[in-house]
Amino acid sequence: MSWLTPTVVEVLIAMSQALVILVVVMLLGAVMTVVERRLLGLWQDRYGPNRVGPFGSLQLVADMIKILFKEDWIPPFADRALFVLAPIIAMASLLLAFMIIPLTPAWGVADWNIGLLFFFAMAGINVYAVLLGGWSSGNKYALLGAMRATAQTLSYEVFMGLSLMGVVALAGSFNMREIVAAQQSLWFIIPQFLGFCTFLIAGVAVTHRHPFDQPEAEQELADGYHIEYSGMKFGMFFIGEYIGMVLVSALIVTLFFGGWLGPWLPPFVWFALKTAALLVLFVLLRASLPRPRYDRVMSFGWRICLPLTLINLLLTGAVILLVSPAGN
Amino acid sequence: MEIAFYLSGLVAVLATLRVITSTNPIHALLYLIVSLLAVAMVFFALGAPFAGALEVIVYAGAIMVLFVFVVMMLNLNEGVAAQERAWLGPRTWLGPVALATVLLLVLITTLWRGDVDLVIEGETLTAKVVGTTLFGPWLIAVELAAMLLLAALVTASHVGRTSSQPSNTRSGES
Repeated sequence: MSWLTPTVVEVLIAMSQALVILVVVMLLGAVMTVVERRLLGLWQDRYGPNRVGPFGSLQLVADMIKILFKEDWIPPFADRALFVLAPIIAMASLLLAFMIIPLTPAWGVADWNIGLLFFFAMAGINVYAVLLGGWSSGNKYALLGAMRATAQTLSYEVFMGLSLMGVVALAGSFNMREIVAAQQSLWFIIPQFLGFCTFLIAGVAVTHRHPFDQPEAEQELADGYHIEYSGMKFGMFFIGEYIGMVLVSALIVTLFFGGWLGPWLPPFVWFALKTAALLVLFVLLRASLPRPRYDRVMSFGWRICLPLTLINLLLTGAVILLVSPAGN
Repeated sequence: MEIAFYLSGLVAVLATLRVITSTNPIHALLYLIVSLLAVAMVFFALGAPFAGALEVIVYAGAIMVLFVFVVMMLNLNEGVAAQERAWLGPRTWLGPVALATVLLLVLITTLWRGDVDLVIEGETLTAKVVGTTLFGPWLIAVELAAMLLLAALVTASHVGRTSSQPSNTRSGES
């Protein structure tokens, strides 16, 4: 066992941690598809999927079998290379962003100084999935969906970055672990309430979740940018959306709800509980809110959310300077 | 970190070559995005992760999205590819290539004579250092850039307003 030096052991542990997190996140994304349908059923006074297995718990397996064995068809008029590339970007970029999220003091893939910026970078790359998917399909509905998605994501990304700068200023770092540590005495949702509201809205918009799902509005666009996709490629877009949900929930927990911090229970349980609560909030939003008109969504982003984040940033800066004039 | 630097540099050069030679505009733009990502990797390898992350966010994530968006809307078809192919004849590129070769030779000779023994260290610059440098010695430059952006913003808002005036009067609620 001479090769089993401490460095090698460290590397192996880090790799296995990363693998476990990857698998768990993917499974969570898949499970969320069923959980969402059951919850929607509950809130809309109907059953939801309850036929497969006890209480519909095996619905996921049925869905997987269906999606894996469906014919994976590429339309002859599509741009083949980009058509295949788009779902890969959709899923990979969001999975990669999970690297920066610290689950517990000991668990987490990457501990970087630029932590939060990496999430913005991956969210930026994620736009291409929709853009390329919609364009390469060679379908007008898909192109319209891609257009809407891009315009929406771009306008919401602008203030998504700004809404988190208050948190960064308070914590004095982009590093996620330091941000969690800075919330030891007070969760950032209280001093950064405006930032929390705007980031929640921007997070929902960036994942194209209801009520910001204009890009895939079934009634108008017949599913938007992934209309030509079938089989596993559609599955990747689909799971990617749920992974985005999990990612944004985990990020909100880390940035505004103190991450793993909490009394009595072990850190991971706190983290999981908070994330689960936010995931349910995502589903509840979909169950309760109607879909606003597209141009209203855009003007809401630019006229209300952007000024709000700027005011929030200004106030945060002023308060920080008042409390510690030396700028420490 | 030297291997990472040279590898991403190589990727950047190859991708940029494909930007020029590709006949499909969307594919060319995608190669440009790859090239920008490779440049971001160069920044990471040089120990400037903040600059690298901003390169991905601003260039690859925002500006290039707009480029792709516009080109997508133009609905370019086979005719454009033929036109691009015509532009790629040796008559078109021989002149610029000859001039660029002269520049390349100048660059190589300067690098050759100068102090090229600097090794890539890979120490990281934090965001804080970048911020204090920008708002310390380079404050004037930052303010000037801000003025320039403000001018662009005012112009864009003015242009957008005049063009949408007729439709606004009808549904003038917001």
